[in-house]
Amino acid sequence: MTKNNKPLMRVENLCKYFKIKEGQILKAVDDASFDIYKGETVGLVGESGCGKSTTGRCLVKLEQPTSGEVYFEDKEIYKHKYHEEFISQHPEENIPKINPDQAKLDYTKDVQMIFQNPYSSLNPRMTVKDIVGEGIRLHNKKIKNKELEKTIENLLNDVGLSKDHISRFPHEFSGGQRQRIGIARALSVDPKFIVCDEPISALDVSVQAQVINMLKKIQRERDLTYLFIAHDLSVVKYISDKVIVMYLGNIVEKAKSEDLYKNPMHPYTQALLSSIPVANPKIAKSRKRIVLEGELSSPINPKDCCRFSDRCKHVMPICKEVKPPLLAYEEGHEVACHLY
Amino acid sequence: MKKYIIKRVFISLITILVLVSVVFALVRLIPGDPFASEKMTPEIKANLERYYGFDKPLIVQYFTYLKNLVTGNLGYSMFYPNLRVNDIIASAFPYSFDLGMRALSMAISFGLILGIVAALNRGKVLDFTCVLIAIIGTSMPDFIIGATLQYFFGIKWGLLPVAQYKGISYTILPSIALGFYTLALVSRVMRANMIETIQQDYIKTAKSKGISKLRVIIKHQIRNAIMPVITILGPIVAALLTGTFVIESIFAIPGMGRHYVQSIQNLDYTIILGMTVFYGSFLVVANMIVDLLYGIVDPRIRVSGE
Ligand SMILES: Nc1ncnc2c1ncn2[C@@H]1O[C@H](COP(=O)(O)OP(=O)(O)OP(=O)(O)O)[C@@H](O)[C@H]1O
Ligand SMILES: [Mg+2]
Repeated sequence: MTKNNKPLMRVENLCKYFKIKEGQILKAVDDASFDIYKGETVGLVGESGCGKSTTGRCLVKLEQPTSGEVYFEDKEIYKHKYHEEFISQHPEENIPKINPDQAKLDYTKDVQMIFQNPYSSLNPRMTVKDIVGEGIRLHNKKIKNKELEKTIENLLNDVGLSKDHISRFPHEFSGGQRQRIGIARALSVDPKFIVCDEPISALDVSVQAQVINMLKKIQRERDLTYLFIAHDLSVVKYISDKVIVMYLGNIVEKAKSEDLYKNPMHPYTQALLSSIPVANPKIAKSRKRIVLEGELSSPINPKDCCRFSDRCKHVMPICKEVKPPLLAYEEGHEVACHLY
Repeated sequence: MKKYIIKRVFISLITILVLVSVVFALVRLIPGDPFASEKMTPEIKANLERYYGFDKPLIVQYFTYLKNLVTGNLGYSMFYPNLRVNDIIASAFPYSFDLGMRALSMAISFGLILGIVAALNRGKVLDFTCVLIAIIGTSMPDFIIGATLQYFFGIKWGLLPVAQYKGISYTILPSIALGFYTLALVSRVMRANMIETIQQDYIKTAKSKGISKLRVIIKHQIRNAIMPVITILGPIVAALLTGTFVIESIFAIPGMGRHYVQSIQNLDYTIILGMTVFYGSFLVVANMIVDLLYGIVDPRIRVSGE
């Protein structure tokens, strides 16, 4: 793993709020900051609805953040907003405008996403060739049909599909095969960074491992960087170098993979970890299972306190009053909890 | 695909046969007698009945009718004994067909545009306007729309002819009056579909490719949203081609409608039967074409039909 000191993707104070109706604001992502370095896989875990996909979508420009910055290769990806402000403040200086469509086009060349649900994320009226080839055509307008087909066939081969599949429609494939099409599509523009949004959670257990292994292999071959979203830690454990744990839009813990599994600090992380089944019965016996009680509370108009406080076993009065900041406990291990 | 087509054709033929049989029976059940008239002497009546084959058992008449039908012969009118039903249809149907097709193409094209514009401007003034037009269209009967159009465009402003069917300018008002309901229907279905597809995951996939907004709308959104409109095309074609009667009489158009109404009043068995069979077959075929069309546009149906 190559590690230079500048992150490939830097997220600072990212917030994404949805206005449900007058006076009701759903804070899907609230003040999230993290760095992702080149070649790494960063896992993003949390229960359903905690804002993982929303975070991922903000990183691929599918959603405009409410506030905060996202830097890719040191450039703010939503910069044209600020850029235009800057131009209007300095009208005399003839600064060229950034075309937002062009900016998005350039960005999608480098950053792609694999979607959560392979059954709904492929256009049912398009053949595999169109689904995978549309992006390629976009960045290489002059490409000949022969060449395009060759490229797509190679991509299909890379993701474990046959080249005969090229003219078929999505409904002719199994879930695992569809996700492979989705992966081929994401790879088609030869990106540097891929957000994998629960790429295997909709699949059968038997094909999950195949797809994960394939993603790892592709990462090695193409020197890719992943943000790997999942809702349980067992999958992430296998693939990630670092893990970010989210709870109701907040990041509650960030650590290197080994550190997190050896020494989970946040009570929520502990609960998530204890729910992973263990193969070794000795360990399984010695480990006590922490069961999360109560429902995930609503992300609508959350109180300014620790959001986990109403389910936490170690809850203290301060937890209901003050929101714990994310603090470094040791090198590279941060946690947001009043216990520490 | 071939097997599917053969199956569909076979089902269509059966449908037509059932239709002929039922209508044949129903027409005979209408109380009254096509030859009832004060001037009619028993001898003439007997002669006429022999001429039309009424002296034979009903079942024989039925098979004779079927035999003639296969050769395309619908027989002679009973009220105007020297007119063939085929000729009546041949002279009247082109008017009804022309009117129906004009209404159809107008309704579909403007309906789709209206639905798309409304969906893309959801919640804005333009959307509200389109929805309002749709509500008016689906709640106002066509003869009121027809009469209103006649009053304003024909009488008050004198822009277009009020009645008859003798050129392009004559076709405009009746086509609008006839197609308005369908236009409203299509726009409502299209708007709803557009709004539904915009939330689909594959639209997010398309956007993540970095393609332009226009391309996402045309290639991914509209292409998927238009499918359910094709399914209602069958009933729409039926409604516009058979629903011309009222409009034809308001605008004095010499189409099928007038003959239909008269033939029922006159108990003109052969015309009633002939026109019903003709329209029925027409609709069965139209529906079949729509189904096949659907199979061509939607790959999922194509496969399951094989
Ligand atoms: N477009 C939207 N409008 C309103 N609310 C939204 C929108 N998108 C997401 N949300 C809300 O934001 C919250 C986070 O959603 P998100 O899809 O990011 O969750 P997730 O962590 O990916 O969950 P899952 O594991 O189920 O995929 C949810 O409460 C969801 O209802
Ligand atoms: Mg999600």
